[in-house]
Amino acid sequence: MTHLFSVPPVSGRAIRVWHRNLVVFVRTWKVNFFPPFIDALLYLFAIGMGIGSYIKEVDGVPYINFIAPAILAISVMNSAFFECTYGSYVRMYYQKSFDAMIATPLSIEDVIAGELLWGATRSVMYVAIMLPVLFAFGVISLPLSLLALPLAFLGGLMFAGIGMCITAITPGIDSLNYPMFLFITPMMLFSGTFFPLTLLPVAFQYIAVALLPLTHVVAIMRMFTLPALSWTILLHLAWIAAVTILFCVMSINLMKKRLIV
Amino acid sequence: MTGIIEAHNLRKNYGSLVAVDGISFTVRKGEVFGFLGPNGAGKTTTMKMIACVSPRSSGVLRVFDQDPDVQPAEIKQRLGVVPQETNLDPDFTCFGNLATYAGYFSIPPHSAQKKADELLDFVQLLEKRDVEVEKLSGGMKRRLILARALVNGPDLLILDEPTIGLDPQARHLIWEKLKTLQAQGNTIVLTTHYLDEAARLCDRLVIMDHGKILVEGAPADLVKQHVGDEIVEVEKSAEVLACLAAHNIPHEVTGDTVQIATDSSREIAKILFNSCQPKKMLTRPATLEDVFLKLTGRTLRD
Ligand SMILES: Nc1ncnc2c1ncn2[C@@H]1O[C@H](COP(=O)(O)OP(=O)(O)OP(=O)(O)O)[C@@H](O)[C@H]1O
Ligand SMILES: [Mg+2]
Repeated sequence: MTHLFSVPPVSGRAIRVWHRNLVVFVRTWKVNFFPPFIDALLYLFAIGMGIGSYIKEVDGVPYINFIAPAILAISVMNSAFFECTYGSYVRMYYQKSFDAMIATPLSIEDVIAGELLWGATRSVMYVAIMLPVLFAFGVISLPLSLLALPLAFLGGLMFAGIGMCITAITPGIDSLNYPMFLFITPMMLFSGTFFPLTLLPVAFQYIAVALLPLTHVVAIMRMFTLPALSWTILLHLAWIAAVTILFCVMSINLMKKRLIV
Repeated sequence: MTGIIEAHNLRKNYGSLVAVDGISFTVRKGEVFGFLGPNGAGKTTTMKMIACVSPRSSGVLRVFDQDPDVQPAEIKQRLGVVPQETNLDPDFTCFGNLATYAGYFSIPPHSAQKKADELLDFVQLLEKRDVEVEKLSGGMKRRLILARALVNGPDLLILDEPTIGLDPQARHLIWEKLKTLQAQGNTIVLTTHYLDEAARLCDRLVIMDHGKILVEGAPADLVKQHVGDEIVEVEKSAEVLACLAAHNIPHEVTGDTVQIATDSSREIAKILFNSCQPKKMLTRPATLEDVFLKLTGRTLRD
């Protein structure tokens, strides 16, 4: 019997599922290329230049430079989470793609692992398109900001795992709205994104650090783009790694429970 | 010799519902083996267990002498599956569907593409090669699914209602293709609700109901054994019924007709003509459909 925390037997075939999604993505690249591009510009203009003209500096950093890593971190979150909730749900439920795949040597574990890897890859792609835009505006520094790419993969995998857990237990596609506005939107605002965590009451600061995954992604991202490295990066990385493993494992087991009857 | 598929006391429960209730059968190499039965009999459930996508609840099941619970990937590498529900990938063209699916079997891209074109030709869909699958008709989708089941050059085909929704031309095309595949040494397991199709294609078949196998055998043998050679049908009337009862002839009333299964229609016809004043009467060969209805009854399943 599979339990919630048993280690799933994933094989190298998972890469086939990842590849399938990549091929579809490339086929529709025009639709996929512009959102991150536009997104970066919108944030920069609206928040950076709009609000930024009132708030000149945060902790001695120009406001627009302060939020640039947050824009990246939020994109990491949104792309992986969206991909592994709505994207995976459509493939699972409406397209019956998973049913078709498990009739081949792929196992359900391989299929879900491939989907998770793909979710993380979407985050990397999003960040890869945004980085040059942010650099062109001079709000991030190179070369350390390039580390945003591996971070996008790790953070993406975390949000992919969380999203896939939700997909595995959601009764229908409409219910996916709830995590969107109960979890994703608050996180977007209260994770040290557009204002420093230290402005929050102390209790909320603890909650943000203990429970909000985005907090840790933003913190590391900011260390890379300002740049301002600190040893605390290790704590953030450890937090992300632990949560990533936990949710990815759970998501595979939950999906197996849902689909293999 | 052991068969390609061996099932012994195979059982599947969905919660408290018993979908397959302890069935045993052997499918031999190179034969076409059919599963017939009313809606909900447990055919699809059985197909799914053989195809290693649904674990059995109890009993023994071996495919290629391997256990689906232990070596699913090895078994699935050699299977071609046509599911009852069409699940082509709507994000791809016909060609893309086949090439991508071949990738799942770890077939290298170059051979996958070659195979895809060959198979499109095989199911006569070459002119739809670059069309999105959404734009295919239902029957074309079904043909494409059959092609997809063949991308890995399977040794065993599992076809769950392969000809559902096909026009007579396409149905004949599929029959012909299946015969070709059998001649090449493939073993084929199929389910169907078309009993003429089962009689034509299957070397052996089982009829299931309520999760159990009722009978097993070659179609012609089953007909002979359970119905007889011929059926005499007479229009129902009080005289005919009374007369049949008087002569002690077993018969079945279905709607407006009375059916008499027999090995010698001449004799029955003679009795009817001489003493029963039949209105309309005809004699026809007994079919698998007669066996099916006799064994599973005429009431509709929900
Ligand atoms: N995923 C499932 N969960 C619960 N019950 C199921 C599931 N799949 C099938 N069943 C039940 O199992 C029984 C057998 O279903 P199955 O699909 O095997 O029938 P079938 O012989 O293929 O019928 P049909 O000719 O309609 O395709 C039915 O009572 C059905 O309701
Ligand atoms: Mg069925």
